[in-house]
Amino acid sequence: MNREERAGLGDWTLDVLGPPGQVRPVVSAPAAVLSREGGAVDPTAEQTVRLAADLVATMRVAPGCVGLAAPQIGVGARVFAVDVTGHPKAGIVHGAFVLCNAVVVEASRWKAGREGCMSVPDLTGDVKRAGHLVVEGALPGTGATVRLVTNAFEARALQHEIDHCAGLLFLDRVAGAHAVYQRKVYL
Amino acid sequence: MSELAITVIGRDRPGIVADVAEGLARLGANLTDSTMTRLRGHFAMTLICVGPAVAEAEAALAPLAADGQLLATVRAVVPDGEQTSNGAPYVLAVHGADRMGIVAAMTRVLAEAGGNVTDLSTRLAGALYVVLAEVELPPGVVEQVTARLAATAADLGVEVTLRPADPDLL
Repeated sequence: MNREERAGLGDWTLDVLGPPGQVRPVVSAPAAVLSREGGAVDPTAEQTVRLAADLVATMRVAPGCVGLAAPQIGVGARVFAVDVTGHPKAGIVHGAFVLCNAVVVEASRWKAGREGCMSVPDLTGDVKRAGHLVVEGALPGTGATVRLVTNAFEARALQHEIDHCAGLLFLDRVAGAHAVYQRKVYL
Repeated sequence: MSELAITVIGRDRPGIVADVAEGLARLGANLTDSTMTRLRGHFAMTLICVGPAVAEAEAALAPLAADGQLLATVRAVVPDGEQTSNGAPYVLAVHGADRMGIVAAMTRVLAEAGGNVTDLSTRLAGALYVVLAEVELPPGVVEQVTARLAATAADLGVEVTLRPADPDLL
């Protein structure tokens, strides 16, 4: 990725998290942890750094997974990992990163799109998300506060993960009565 | 000109829609509104058409039901014309562990407030039950309905959201 796309994360890389995390089991709905608002975390705490590493490790082993939030591995905390690198619908790409206590500060260019979720494995749904997004949060390890400007698919992924941290699933935002689809299984 | 309400339900196979549409087209029937989906794998189609008499449509669809795998029903209905909306549109989403009575309890809350469900779908995916409804709510009730839905959802141990339907016109 070029310098411009990396802007916002500064010098932060996954190396800050230390040794690779553990792959944790992914929780499926219905589960209480997925519908509770996550608690704020101390981004410099060792526990938060371990959680961040585990999220990255778990995201990495799931084919096609572009984001994973702490509630999805059973932890009610406002931490998530995202990596949309190489995705055909991506525009701006910040690579692999983890954010703590993230909030949306600007959202515009709303657009409907189909999305799925590892915690709702059998369904997909049409959800309107902002195509231009500004997010603020803290990086695990350094604790640095960052402001990320992004668009397209990375913006969608961030909104999906920030929703998880607030106890919301894409099902809570689908556009209408016929906007949820059985995920097709081809045998 | 008579308006007919037709349902076709049963075992799915390729070609049912074509068979139904052809049978009706031969009668000069005009398909107006229709919907078709698969419910837990079963073929389910409902449509309104204008033109033929009930007996003609029944005869045209009889071959479909001949092997016992499909049931077709035809009945005359009084044209309703365009439904006038009696409120603002909202989308209700409910999800949680499957249990008896979720749809009944949640839609009763809507009904008691004068809400009219205009579209509904439910899905059972593993242990997860999902209800999505579009509902028109009369003016001034949304806060009360939101609170009652939340209380009912809490009793059932499910999650609920009620949001204004997207009003965008392009």
